[in-house]
Amino acid sequence: MTAPPPAGVPIIRLGDILLTGLLDDLDDKTALRFTEELTERIADEGARGVVIDISRLEIIDSFVARVLTESAAAGRLLGARMIVAGMRPAVAITLCGLGLALSGVETALTAERAVAALGWRRDPARVHGSRPHATR
Amino acid sequence: MRPGEASAVDAPVSPVGFTESTHPVRDEPDLLATRHAVRSAAVAAGFDLVGQTMIVTAASELVRNAYIHGGGGTLTISAIGAAHGRRGLRLTVADSGPGIQDVEAALTDGFSTGAGLGHGLGGTRRLVDEFAIDTEAGRGTTVTVVRWVT
Ligand SMILES: Nc1ncnc2c1ncn2[C@@H]1O[C@H](COP(=O)(O)OP(=O)(O)OP(=O)(O)O)[C@@H](O)[C@H]1O
Ligand SMILES: [Mg+2]
Repeated sequence: MTAPPPAGVPIIRLGDILLTGLLDDLDDKTALRFTEELTERIADEGARGVVIDISRLEIIDSFVARVLTESAAAGRLLGARMIVAGMRPAVAITLCGLGLALSGVETALTAERAVAALGWRRDPARVHGSRPHATR
Repeated sequence: MRPGEASAVDAPVSPVGFTESTHPVRDEPDLLATRHAVRSAAVAAGFDLVGQTMIVTAASELVRNAYIHGGGGTLTISAIGAAHGRRGLRLTVADSGPGIQDVEAALTDGFSTGAGLGHGLGGTRRLVDEFAIDTEAGRGTTVTVVRWVT
Protein backbone atom coordinates (compact mmCIF):
# COMPACT_ATOMS: atom_id res chain seq x y z
CA MET A 1 0.00 0.00 0.00
CA THR A 2 1.18 3.48 -0.84
CA ALA A 3 -1.53 5.42 0.96
CA PRO A 4 -0.68 9.13 1.21
CA PRO A 5 -0.09 10.51 4.69
CA PRO A 6 -3.35 11.81 6.18
CA ALA A 7 -4.20 15.32 4.98
CA GLY A 8 -4.82 18.03 7.53
CA VAL A 9 -8.44 18.19 6.38
CA PRO A 10 -10.96 15.96 8.18
CA ILE A 11 -13.34 13.93 6.03
CA ILE A 12 -16.42 12.70 7.90
CA ARG A 13 -18.64 9.85 6.79
CA LEU A 14 -22.45 10.03 7.03
CA GLY A 15 -23.79 6.77 5.67
CA ASP A 16 -22.79 6.70 2.01
CA ILE A 17 -22.01 10.42 1.99
CA LEU A 18 -18.69 12.07 2.76
CA LEU A 19 -18.68 15.51 4.37
CA THR A 20 -15.57 17.66 4.37
CA GLY A 21 -14.64 21.30 4.54
CA LEU A 22 -11.74 23.56 3.65
CA LEU A 23 -10.23 26.10 6.04
CA ASP A 24 -8.96 29.54 5.10
CA ASP A 25 -5.33 28.97 6.04
CA LEU A 26 -5.01 26.01 3.71
CA ASP A 27 -1.44 25.70 2.47
CA ASP A 28 -0.62 24.38 -0.97
CA LYS A 29 0.65 20.96 0.10
CA THR A 30 -2.38 20.29 2.28
CA ALA A 31 -4.66 21.39 -0.56
CA LEU A 32 -3.10 19.00 -3.05
CA ARG A 33 -3.12 16.11 -0.57
CA PHE A 34 -6.77 16.88 0.14
CA THR A 35 -7.75 16.07 -3.46
CA GLU A 36 -5.84 12.79 -3.30
CA GLU A 37 -7.21 11.68 0.04
CA LEU A 38 -10.80 12.62 -0.79
CA THR A 39 -10.63 10.75 -4.08
CA GLU A 40 -9.23 7.64 -2.39
CA ARG A 41 -11.87 7.77 0.33
CA ILE A 42 -14.62 7.96 -2.32
CA ALA A 43 -13.32 4.80 -3.95
CA ASP A 44 -12.53 2.91 -0.72
CA GLU A 45 -15.86 3.69 0.92
CA GLY A 46 -18.04 3.66 -2.18
CA ALA A 47 -19.34 7.14 -1.44
CA ARG A 48 -22.41 8.10 -3.47
CA GLY A 49 -22.17 11.79 -2.71
CA VAL A 50 -19.66 14.29 -1.32
CA VAL A 51 -20.24 17.69 0.26
CA ILE A 52 -17.29 20.08 0.37
CA ASP A 53 -18.16 22.87 2.81
CA ILE A 54 -16.33 26.11 1.93
CA SER A 55 -18.20 28.43 4.31
CA ARG A 56 -14.95 29.08 6.22
CA LEU A 57 -13.06 30.32 3.16
CA GLU A 58 -12.67 34.09 3.28
CA ILE A 59 -11.15 34.14 -0.18
CA ILE A 60 -10.90 31.73 -3.11
CA ASP A 61 -8.04 32.49 -5.45
CA SER A 62 -7.27 30.66 -8.69
CA PHE A 63 -5.23 28.06 -6.78
CA VAL A 64 -8.09 27.10 -4.45
CA ALA A 65 -10.53 27.26 -7.38
CA ARG A 66 -8.36 24.71 -9.15
CA VAL A 67 -8.29 22.46 -6.07
CA LEU A 68 -12.10 22.57 -5.88
CA THR A 69 -12.60 22.02 -9.60
CA GLU A 70 -10.15 19.11 -9.73
CA SER A 71 -11.50 17.47 -6.57
CA ALA A 72 -15.04 17.68 -7.92
CA ALA A 73 -14.00 16.34 -11.32
CA ALA A 74 -12.04 13.42 -9.85
CA GLY A 75 -14.90 12.43 -7.53
CA ARG A 76 -17.40 12.65 -10.36
CA LEU A 77 -15.26 10.35 -12.47
CA LEU A 78 -15.62 7.78 -9.68
CA GLY A 79 -19.39 8.11 -9.81
CA ALA A 80 -19.93 10.35 -6.78
CA ARG A 81 -22.18 13.40 -6.86
CA MET A 82 -19.97 16.28 -5.72
CA ILE A 83 -21.46 19.40 -4.14
CA VAL A 84 -19.48 22.48 -3.10
CA ALA A 85 -21.49 24.26 -0.41
CA GLY A 86 -21.55 27.43 1.64
CA MET A 87 -19.66 29.93 -0.49
CA ARG A 88 -19.72 33.42 1.03
CA PRO A 89 -21.43 36.10 -1.11
CA ALA A 90 -18.32 38.30 -1.31
CA VAL A 91 -16.30 35.28 -2.44
CA ALA A 92 -18.87 34.48 -5.15
CA ILE A 93 -18.71 38.04 -6.52
CA THR A 94 -14.90 38.01 -6.48
CA LEU A 95 -14.67 34.61 -8.20
CA CYS A 96 -16.86 35.91 -11.03
CA GLY A 97 -14.45 38.85 -11.35
CA LEU A 98 -11.55 36.41 -11.62
CA GLY A 99 -13.49 34.64 -14.37
CA LEU A 100 -13.65 31.40 -12.39
CA ALA A 101 -17.31 30.63 -11.80
CA LEU A 102 -16.53 26.95 -10.99
CA SER A 103 -18.57 25.97 -14.05
CA GLY A 104 -19.41 22.30 -14.06
CA VAL A 105 -19.24 22.10 -10.26
CA GLU A 106 -22.57 21.57 -8.46
CA THR A 107 -23.07 24.07 -5.62
CA ALA A 108 -25.46 24.62 -2.72
CA LEU A 109 -26.11 27.58 -0.42
CA THR A 110 -25.30 25.60 2.73
CA ALA A 111 -23.82 22.23 3.61
CA GLU A 112 -27.15 21.28 5.15
CA ARG A 113 -28.97 21.86 1.84
CA ALA A 114 -26.28 19.91 0.01
CA VAL A 115 -26.63 16.98 2.37
CA ALA A 116 -30.42 17.14 1.97
CA ALA A 117 -30.03 17.20 -1.83
CA LEU A 118 -28.08 13.96 -1.50
CA GLY A 119 -31.07 12.41 0.26
CA TRP A 120 -29.76 12.47 3.82
CA ARG A 121 -32.17 13.90 6.40
CA ARG A 122 -31.38 14.83 9.97
CA ASP A 123 -33.81 14.29 12.81
CA PRO A 124 -36.74 16.65 11.88
CA ALA A 125 -37.05 17.71 15.52
CA ARG A 126 -33.59 19.28 15.33
CA VAL A 127 -33.86 21.07 11.99
CA HIS A 128 -34.45 24.59 13.28
CA GLY A 129 -31.83 27.08 14.39
CA SER A 130 -28.91 25.00 13.20
CA ARG A 131 -25.69 26.17 11.56
CA PRO A 132 -24.13 24.27 8.67
CA HIS A 133 -21.33 22.98 10.87
CA ALA A 134 -23.81 21.42 13.27
CA THR A 135 -24.20 18.52 10.85
CA ARG A 136 -20.73 17.20 11.69
CA MET B 1 8.01 52.41 -4.97
CA ARG B 2 10.70 53.44 -7.36
CA PRO B 3 10.07 56.96 -8.66
CA GLY B 4 9.20 57.26 -12.32
CA GLU B 5 7.82 53.76 -12.51
CA ALA B 6 4.22 52.72 -13.08
CA SER B 7 3.13 56.34 -13.30
CA ALA B 8 -0.39 55.25 -14.27
CA VAL B 9 -0.94 54.08 -10.73
CA ASP B 10 0.84 56.86 -8.87
CA ALA B 11 -1.62 58.62 -6.67
CA PRO B 12 -1.29 61.72 -4.54
CA VAL B 13 -0.32 60.62 -1.08
CA SER B 14 -2.08 62.24 1.82
CA PRO B 15 0.31 63.62 4.42
CA VAL B 16 -1.86 62.39 7.26
CA GLY B 17 -2.18 58.74 8.15
CA PHE B 18 0.03 57.49 5.31
CA THR B 19 1.33 54.02 5.96
CA GLU B 20 3.47 51.67 3.95
CA SER B 21 4.84 48.25 4.80
CA THR B 22 6.94 45.73 2.92
CA HIS B 23 6.63 41.97 3.38
CA PRO B 24 8.85 39.17 2.13
CA VAL B 25 7.50 36.53 -0.26
CA ARG B 26 9.91 33.62 0.12
CA ASP B 27 7.90 30.59 1.17
CA GLU B 28 4.41 29.23 1.71
CA PRO B 29 3.85 30.73 5.17
CA ASP B 30 4.63 34.13 3.59
CA LEU B 31 1.72 33.62 1.18
CA LEU B 32 -0.66 33.44 4.13
CA ALA B 33 1.08 36.21 6.09
CA THR B 34 0.87 38.64 3.16
CA ARG B 35 -2.84 37.89 2.75
CA HIS B 36 -3.44 38.70 6.40
CA ALA B 37 -1.45 41.93 6.10
CA VAL B 38 -3.51 43.05 3.10
CA ARG B 39 -6.74 42.15 4.88
CA SER B 40 -5.79 44.31 7.89
CA ALA B 41 -4.78 47.21 5.65
CA ALA B 42 -8.04 46.91 3.69
CA VAL B 43 -10.11 46.97 6.87
CA ALA B 44 -8.14 49.98 8.13
CA ALA B 45 -8.65 51.80 4.81
CA GLY B 46 -12.41 51.35 5.12
CA PHE B 47 -13.13 48.78 2.38
CA ASP B 48 -16.44 46.94 2.61
CA LEU B 49 -16.44 43.14 2.66
CA VAL B 50 -16.58 42.75 -1.13
CA GLY B 51 -13.79 45.33 -1.58
CA GLN B 52 -11.66 43.57 1.05
CA THR B 53 -12.26 40.20 -0.58
CA MET B 54 -11.30 41.56 -4.01
CA ILE B 55 -8.07 43.24 -2.92
CA VAL B 56 -7.00 40.27 -0.77
CA THR B 57 -7.70 37.90 -3.67
CA ALA B 58 -5.73 40.15 -6.03
CA ALA B 59 -2.83 40.14 -3.56
CA SER B 60 -2.99 36.37 -3.26
CA GLU B 61 -2.71 35.96 -7.05
CA LEU B 62 0.19 38.40 -7.42
CA VAL B 63 2.12 37.08 -4.43
CA ARG B 64 1.68 33.49 -5.60
CA ASN B 65 2.92 34.46 -9.06
CA ALA B 66 5.98 36.12 -7.53
CA TYR B 67 6.60 32.97 -5.46
CA ILE B 68 5.94 30.36 -8.18
CA HIS B 69 7.07 32.10 -11.37
CA GLY B 70 9.39 34.80 -9.98
CA GLY B 71 11.30 32.77 -7.42
CA GLY B 72 10.11 34.97 -4.55
CA GLY B 73 10.11 38.70 -3.95
CA THR B 74 8.34 41.32 -1.87
CA LEU B 75 4.91 42.85 -1.38
CA THR B 76 4.61 46.52 -0.47
CA ILE B 77 1.24 47.71 0.84
CA SER B 78 0.61 51.45 0.71
CA ALA B 79 -2.42 53.21 2.09
CA ILE B 80 -3.07 56.03 -0.35
CA GLY B 81 -5.44 58.97 -0.31
CA ALA B 82 -6.20 61.94 -2.49
CA ALA B 83 -6.62 65.48 -1.17
CA HIS B 84 -10.40 65.29 -1.52
CA GLY B 85 -10.55 62.29 0.75
CA ARG B 86 -10.65 59.31 -1.61
CA ARG B 87 -8.90 56.38 0.04
CA GLY B 88 -7.42 53.24 -1.35
CA LEU B 89 -4.65 50.68 -1.24
CA ARG B 90 -1.73 50.27 -3.57
CA LEU B 91 -0.03 46.88 -3.74
CA THR B 92 3.38 46.52 -5.33
CA VAL B 93 4.59 42.96 -5.86
CA ALA B 94 8.19 42.78 -7.08
CA ASP B 95 10.45 39.87 -7.89
CA SER B 96 13.78 39.50 -9.66
CA GLY B 97 12.86 36.34 -11.52
CA PRO B 98 12.90 35.57 -15.25
CA GLY B 99 10.36 38.26 -16.20
CA ILE B 100 7.27 37.76 -18.36
CA GLN B 101 8.06 36.96 -21.99
CA ASP B 102 4.76 38.10 -23.47
CA VAL B 103 2.65 40.32 -21.21
CA GLU B 104 -0.38 40.30 -23.53
CA ALA B 105 -0.43 36.51 -23.54
CA ALA B 106 0.08 36.36 -19.76
CA LEU B 107 -2.98 38.58 -19.27
CA THR B 108 -5.17 36.31 -21.41
CA ASP B 109 -7.49 34.06 -19.43
CA GLY B 110 -6.41 30.46 -19.77
CA PHE B 111 -2.76 31.25 -20.55
CA SER B 112 -0.34 29.53 -18.19
CA THR B 113 3.22 28.34 -18.58
CA GLY B 114 2.65 26.13 -15.52
CA ALA B 115 -0.09 23.93 -14.11
CA GLY B 116 -2.39 26.83 -13.21
CA LEU B 117 -5.74 27.84 -14.67
CA GLY B 118 -4.09 30.96 -16.11
CA HIS B 119 -6.66 33.32 -14.65
CA GLY B 120 -4.43 34.91 -12.02
CA LEU B 121 -3.09 37.92 -13.89
CA GLY B 122 -6.07 38.68 -16.15
CA GLY B 123 -8.48 38.09 -13.28
CA THR B 124 -6.51 40.34 -10.94
CA ARG B 125 -6.75 43.18 -13.46
CA ARG B 126 -10.55 42.91 -13.26
CA LEU B 127 -10.53 43.04 -9.43
CA VAL B 128 -8.70 46.38 -9.20
CA ASP B 129 -9.11 49.93 -10.50
CA GLU B 130 -5.55 50.46 -11.75
CA PHE B 131 -3.08 47.85 -12.94
CA ALA B 132 0.47 48.11 -14.29
CA ILE B 133 3.16 45.56 -15.12
CA ASP B 134 6.84 46.41 -15.41
CA THR B 135 8.83 43.41 -16.56
CA GLU B 136 12.02 42.65 -18.40
CA ALA B 137 13.54 39.32 -19.36
CA GLY B 138 16.15 38.32 -16.83
CA ARG B 139 15.55 41.33 -14.59
CA GLY B 140 12.23 40.54 -12.95
CA THR B 141 8.65 41.62 -12.68
CA THR B 142 6.87 44.33 -10.73
CA VAL B 143 3.08 44.42 -10.73
CA THR B 144 1.41 47.48 -9.18
CA VAL B 145 -2.32 47.63 -8.53
CA VAL B 146 -4.63 50.16 -6.87
CA ARG B 147 -8.13 49.65 -5.60
CA TRP B 148 -10.13 52.58 -4.30
CA VAL B 149 -12.69 52.41 -1.54
CA THR B 150 -16.04 52.79 -3.30
N1 LIG C 1 6.01 37.20 -11.49
C1 LIG C 1 6.10 36.51 -12.64
N2 LIG C 1 7.32 36.19 -13.17
C2 LIG C 1 7.40 35.49 -14.33
N3 LIG C 1 6.34 35.06 -15.05
C3 LIG C 1 5.11 35.35 -14.57
C4 LIG C 1 4.91 36.09 -13.36
N4 LIG C 1 3.58 36.23 -13.15
C5 LIG C 1 2.98 35.60 -14.18
N5 LIG C 1 3.88 35.07 -15.04
C6 LIG C 1 3.61 34.36 -16.30
O1 LIG C 1 2.29 34.68 -16.72
C7 LIG C 1 1.51 33.47 -16.84
C8 LIG C 1 0.08 33.78 -16.47
O2 LIG C 1 -0.03 34.09 -15.07
P1 LIG C 1 -1.39 33.79 -14.32
O3 LIG C 1 -1.25 34.18 -12.90
O4 LIG C 1 -2.49 34.42 -15.12
O5 LIG C 1 -1.55 32.22 -14.48
P2 LIG C 1 -0.81 31.04 -13.68
O6 LIG C 1 -0.06 31.60 -12.51
O7 LIG C 1 -0.01 30.24 -14.65
O8 LIG C 1 -2.05 30.18 -13.17
P3 LIG C 1 -3.11 30.58 -12.03
O9 LIG C 1 -4.45 30.61 -12.71
O10 LIG C 1 -3.01 29.50 -11.02
O11 LIG C 1 -2.72 31.91 -11.49
C9 LIG C 1 2.20 32.46 -15.94
O12 LIG C 1 1.95 31.14 -16.35
C10 LIG C 1 3.68 32.84 -16.12
O13 LIG C 1 4.19 32.31 -17.31
MG1 LIG D 1 -0.97 32.88 -11.16
